[in-house]
Amino acid sequence: MKTPDGIQSGRVQKAPENFLDRDGISTVIAESKAGRRNFIRSAFAAAAAGVAAPMALAQGNPVPTEGGDPNILNLPEHATGLGQGVAANNGYGVPSKFESNVQRRQSPGLTQTTQASVSFAPLQSLFGIVTPSGLHFERHHQGWWDIDPSKHRFMINGMVKTPKVFTMDEIMRLPSVSRFHFIECGANTAVEWGNVAVPTVQYTHGMVSCSEFTGVPLITLLEIAGADFKKAKFILAEGGDGSSMTRTIPMSLILSGEVLVAYGQNGEMLRPENGYPLRLIVPGIQGVSWVKYLRRIEVGDMPYAAKDEAVHYMDLMPDGQHRQYTNIQECKSVVTTPSGGQVLLDKGFYNITGLAWSGRGKVKKVDVSVDGGRNWRQARLETPVLSKALTRFNIDWVWDGKPAIIQSRATDETGFVQPTYKHLRAARGTRSIYHNNAIQSWLVQENGEVKNVQVS
Amino acid sequence: MSKFRKVILTTALLAAAGFASAQSTAYPGVGRPATPKEVAAWDIDVRPDFKGLPAGSGSVAQGQDLWEAKCAHCHGVFGESNEVFSPLIGGTTNDDIKTGNVANLKRADFPGRTTLMKVATVSTLWDYINRAMPWTAPKSLKPDEVYAVTAYLLSLADVVPENFVLSDKNMAEVQKRMPNRNGMTTKHNMWAGKEFNGTAKPDTANVACMKDCIPEAKVASMLPDYARNAHGNLADQNRLVGQQHGANTAVPENKSTPAGVASTAPSAKPAVKVADPALALLGKHNCTACHAQNTKVVGPSFNDIAKKYSGKAEYLAGKIKAGGAGVWGPIPMPAQTAAEADIKMIANWLAAGAAK
Repeated sequence: MKTPDGIQSGRVQKAPENFLDRDGISTVIAESKAGRRNFIRSAFAAAAAGVAAPMALAQGNPVPTEGGDPNILNLPEHATGLGQGVAANNGYGVPSKFESNVQRRQSPGLTQTTQASVSFAPLQSLFGIVTPSGLHFERHHQGWWDIDPSKHRFMINGMVKTPKVFTMDEIMRLPSVSRFHFIECGANTAVEWGNVAVPTVQYTHGMVSCSEFTGVPLITLLEIAGADFKKAKFILAEGGDGSSMTRTIPMSLILSGEVLVAYGQNGEMLRPENGYPLRLIVPGIQGVSWVKYLRRIEVGDMPYAAKDEAVHYMDLMPDGQHRQYTNIQECKSVVTTPSGGQVLLDKGFYNITGLAWSGRGKVKKVDVSVDGGRNWRQARLETPVLSKALTRFNIDWVWDGKPAIIQSRATDETGFVQPTYKHLRAARGTRSIYHNNAIQSWLVQENGEVKNVQVS
Repeated sequence: MSKFRKVILTTALLAAAGFASAQSTAYPGVGRPATPKEVAAWDIDVRPDFKGLPAGSGSVAQGQDLWEAKCAHCHGVFGESNEVFSPLIGGTTNDDIKTGNVANLKRADFPGRTTLMKVATVSTLWDYINRAMPWTAPKSLKPDEVYAVTAYLLSLADVVPENFVLSDKNMAEVQKRMPNRNGMTTKHNMWAGKEFNGTAKPDTANVACMKDCIPEAKVASMLPDYARNAHGNLADQNRLVGQQHGANTAVPENKSTPAGVASTAPSAKPAVKVADPALALLGKHNCTACHAQNTKVVGPSFNDIAKKYSGKAEYLAGKIKAGGAGVWGPIPMPAQTAAEADIKMIANWLAAGAAK
């Protein structure tokens, strides 16, 4: 692979001198001179078979014949010249130009407009649990806006003693909390309900992101307005944009103190695409309930049957009934690398890594299989492991070059185990669209390419 | 009168009217009572029991006229169009109106699910049309117009007759004829509360088996070879460095290549691109509601326009300002009210090739 500067990067297959006998080496060198690199590989494979496995593996970073790596021997410009000054890019740093492949992307053909559409987060390229704000997935129902925060107002009405309005200044005066939570669209992995439909983890699972959100617990604001907590059972959250998205939220969840009226995301204000200047944070609940550009909360005693809970975001069962008011994102996980569309460059050691989450609390454990679900090993959970947040897992793996089917299976603190497609389809059929939390399978082929597959 | 005194007075009035009584005193000075006028301006939701529904009425015939002017270009004249959004109408029968269950929802072979097949509550239609339609001018319909449009939609599905006048008085009667009114259940474990009669347990019960859990796994579904590059070159969608690189899907897969020799991926895209300022205007003025870069949506694609009118910026500016019909198809483009400078910039961009 070439970088834009023409510098070779990435791994190169090492010639297998160390692992061949004298005859083998001379054959390989002769073949190499003749340009038959394929022969080197097969010679290597044959040789490797007879030697202790770990030693037999190719080195990704071989010593070139000149006796040293030109990237070491020839000092580059950045080691011999003057670098750039502070506060470049108008005072807001941007990723390296070499990271331009890491973008949120639309899935071709999914929607006809860009305003009622989705862009997916590049999970295959992310580390840890925090999604960089500029790579957070997007779902808009009627286009996004960049709203003047000095003109944004937040209202509470309905079953309250006093309907109230707040400015952003006022909301930001109140005691704030900062918490890490995942947000997942109810339709994440939707296209895979019936069969494999998309190639990479970005498109299968990229409608999940995780941020540190800062804001005020909604219950504080409801207390200020004097909400009737005895009679009120639901609230309606309403956006201030064109779609004025509305969703019914259970009062019991608000009473827990988890639901936030948030303005902060990863240390700065929310991004406009994520609801600047104010959005609802409903941990564990599907993204459509995290109303963006939040302008109003109505306290009530019955559900509202809003468009996105009476036409969409319902789960069709085989008997023709729709499950309405399904909002929890059940326990789920996915291996982000190796994952579909990637290529393993060598045999040998790999760190299988991925993300797990549960709308019901903390992830308790994640198991990983490399044989399509027959045998499993427990992965390491990296800290922090937080309630209703993405959790990063890692597990060691030495690839022997043979086909492998990699899966991950999360268990949450309620004891719920992430289902297989078989379990999910037995319970809900294949036409549910939403809330697909099935175990994902990635096939690592002998040629190193990784494919999205479903197994029987 | 000072603003501050006005607020005090409003508070006093509200208190007198019985609105304000005991309030939380923990956060003095934060938030103020909303005036009835303010609440009325924003409290537009309509519940399934019709709380919030304003008085008014509209006929199917009035609705049809509105529909053709404001709705048909996205939804089709009969609400059947699949071009921009999913179809609204179709798939329901008179028998469904009797039973309250849409029979086609049981059929795995039935293509698509229309809004009328799914929605159980007529309030949902009224509420959503009122708050979010038309697509490029939400909240511009008056209540009587919302009644009329709702009536027209319902008539297309035979829920109401062609001479019907829908009003706040007869909405409850119409509700009794909604084709999928009995099609919803809350008997599940996926509502995060106890407000509904949900089930106690989740509907799947996998176990964390560790050894010899299943016989050998077989691949049951994967993408066909022809879809290899359908999402673009995956090499360009992965970081340049890392334990795995992206597969070069611009070329056919080399299935015989053994492990350890990845096909080389092409270089990263040019890193820094400066977007044409016209692109921002397309969003600002809602051009992209009807036009897309490469594909026909309601109107022609920008690329097609650029091809046809290369170098004709002045002509294009005139067309944007005045609107037009008949060049690209039967659906007219309304006259645009954007600022002169903006229109010029968009026209220049189109005439220069509509580069993204």
